[in-house]
Amino acid sequence: MARFDLNDDGVVVIVGSGAGGGTLGNELAQRGIKVVILEAGARNEIQDFVNDEWDSFAQLAWKDMRTTSGNWQVAKDFPNLPAWIVKSVGGSTVHWAGASLRFDEHEFRVRSTYGAVAGANLLDWPITLAELEPWYAKAENKLGVTRTNGIPGLPGNNNFKVMEAGARKIGYKEVHTGNMAINSQPRDGRGACLQIGFCFQGCKSGAKWSTLYTEIPKGEATGNLEVRPNSMALKIEHDAAGKVTGVVYADADGKTQRQKARVIAVAGNSIESPRLLLNSASNLFPDGLANSSGQVGRNYMRHMTGSVYAVFEKSVHMYRGTTMAGIIRDEARNDPKRGFFGGYEMETLSLGVPFMAAFLMPGAWGRSFTSAMEQYPRMAGMWLVGEDLPQETNRITLDPKVKDQYGLPVASVHYDDHPNDIAMRNHAYGRGAAVYQAIGATTTFPTVPYPSTHNLGTNRMSAKPRDGVVNKFGQSHDIKNLFVSDGSQFTSSAACNPTLTIVALAIRQADHIAGAMQRKEI
Amino acid sequence: MREVDHRAKLNRRIFLQGAATAVPAVAIGASTGLSIGDAFAEGATTLSPSTLKTLVKVARDIYPHDFLVDSYYITAIKPWDGKAAKDPAVKTLIEDGVKRLDQDAQDRHKMPYAQVPWESDRIVLLRGIEQTAFFAALRSDLVVSLYNQKDLWPKFGYEGSSFEHGGYIHRGFDDINWLPKA
Ligand SMILES: Cc1cc2nc3c(=O)[nH]c(=O)nc-3n(C[C@H](O)[C@H](O)[C@H](O)COP(=O)(O)OP(=O)(O)OC[C@H]3O[C@@H](n4cnc5c(N)ncnc54)[C@H](O)[C@@H]3O)c2cc1C
Ligand code: SF4
Repeated sequence: MARFDLNDDGVVVIVGSGAGGGTLGNELAQRGIKVVILEAGARNEIQDFVNDEWDSFAQLAWKDMRTTSGNWQVAKDFPNLPAWIVKSVGGSTVHWAGASLRFDEHEFRVRSTYGAVAGANLLDWPITLAELEPWYAKAENKLGVTRTNGIPGLPGNNNFKVMEAGARKIGYKEVHTGNMAINSQPRDGRGACLQIGFCFQGCKSGAKWSTLYTEIPKGEATGNLEVRPNSMALKIEHDAAGKVTGVVYADADGKTQRQKARVIAVAGNSIESPRLLLNSASNLFPDGLANSSGQVGRNYMRHMTGSVYAVFEKSVHMYRGTTMAGIIRDEARNDPKRGFFGGYEMETLSLGVPFMAAFLMPGAWGRSFTSAMEQYPRMAGMWLVGEDLPQETNRITLDPKVKDQYGLPVASVHYDDHPNDIAMRNHAYGRGAAVYQAIGATTTFPTVPYPSTHNLGTNRMSAKPRDGVVNKFGQSHDIKNLFVSDGSQFTSSAACNPTLTIVALAIRQADHIAGAMQRKEI
Repeated sequence: MREVDHRAKLNRRIFLQGAATAVPAVAIGASTGLSIGDAFAEGATTLSPSTLKTLVKVARDIYPHDFLVDSYYITAIKPWDGKAAKDPAVKTLIEDGVKRLDQDAQDRHKMPYAQVPWESDRIVLLRGIEQTAFFAALRSDLVVSLYNQKDLWPKFGYEGSSFEHGGYIHRGFDDINWLPKA
């Protein structure tokens, strides 16, 4: 395993080891480029994972202080937990369910397709689906996505079978066990899914793709990648010419270190990435790095989300097997006749009893709540995930009062639902309930959004520097050797889950960085 | 289908045998719970036994599950004694909260909270303090400390950790047998 010197200014430093950072790190290492990944979390491996919701949360989740504001439900229910994401090597790919979908063509061209929507800060991506298709293909192959590359779909569990039966009954057509980054058969040195049912707690069979046990060890095996866990990046430094030169970070003992760098890529997920850029403000860049547009931290998207749980007369045991075991895609199209722009996916979801108690009706108590809990074995559930519109005022800022353990301002997350999000959520609640009622659900529960698992848009891509933070390769408009490599690059959120797109962009970015380094442009 | 909680069947049998046989079972459940409760409350170091017993009652009223005996609520409430011992602010929060609740009960029903006989009347009292820091602290702790007890999961038809059993691939992940044919 490589160890690079703190003063080695030839390395690429990546902040974060998740979907974006972990993939980029391996892709660069494979191309012979020296890489240091700084990861704030510890290195928990497969054998460390626990099939226990709260214990796993304590082990893996990002629990450092954050604050919230805005009219979104999460600010009321979980004021200091705006997002449910990971602080551990592998990032949120340790937690993720594995749904791996491509954007639709129109989802890269939202401004052109939807027009000017009041209150929304719509912009077309500087890339098209056609440009990204070859990279999507590489990403699907890397992740081993089911129903691509000749890989069969996963078998449907009870929760899926219930959703499928209801969906067919009301005439939905595109219903299947998903495009999942979960092995339905052994592949890439990893076994097939054992239907353990704790996908959100870290997959103990390794069937589900995570950078932790795919990209990272592969990169390390080249001798070009060093991953430093328990290393929290605090500030990015630059020289008088405005080029970034290194990252100041706190090591496992809380001691401050400085890693020099030739190129820096930020991939801390959409709350921490803008926070780091803002916390790196200097005399030359008083509003934070890469922020001449003022767009760093803005246009925060978290998807229109919600869930529907339904109770039946007989048992379902939805928790058995893959958490996200199948999908209905019929509502994913853009059809403004429904009263909103964009579309949404319906994906099975289950929570165990401990999380169900916390998330079914946050804050509720008394018999209506406990009666719902007592139906647990007879419940089926789905998650609703759809496009939310970027708004300039939905943003990550530095909290004026609250500081973290290193004395730096914490991220404050402001989010207001757009009327389009609310109209879509209400539509989705209705359709979700209809699916289950069609096959005899006795009760349905429209469940409010959980803390955000998808966090996007806070360093967005734009053709013109004044509209966003990075160009079509995730390279900052202002600073040539500073890149953004995670979901914060997204110009729009699309209906589907984001990670396949994050990975496709990271592979493409690796190609670009390697080329630019070779040409001595950076 | 492989069922987890067999009470479903059991209850039906009790029902068929008639209500008379069911009563003793319920009564035994309740009295066992109470005696455990008393012992636990006497052993407390910081909070008074009556405060703790009231908290257990409040816990059941917040999350009433009639198939759970008091021992589950006691397990959920017990740590407050230790938290109060460590932090005087917690001790005050809890003691003042219970005092207020008992006062409200005295005003309305001429008896302390724990003795108000009907749940519906106690719920009215709880609604009256729903916005207080005491209630918020108690409820948000309880939603974890009650539902995170492994030995109550089977009663909710939940099986907990599955990896050591090889997952559900051979244990009923797709054993549903009552759906209409598509
Ligand atoms: C429960 C759950 C289920 C999900 N299911 C799906 C799904 O089915 N499909 C899908 O597409 N997506 C899913 N997601 C979302 C997916 O996990 C994320 O989109 C993806 O992992 C984001 O990648 P990222 O690189 O932006 O950030 P992450 O993967 O979150 O990685 C960021 C890493 O950066 C580290 N970091 C942050 N700040 C610093 C700093 N200052 N210094 C050092 N390190 C830092 C963090 O600790 C973290 O490890 C799910 C997420 C969750 C939580
Ligand atoms: S259900 Fe499959 S993918 Fe999910 S944790 Fe289990 S083995 Fe892994």
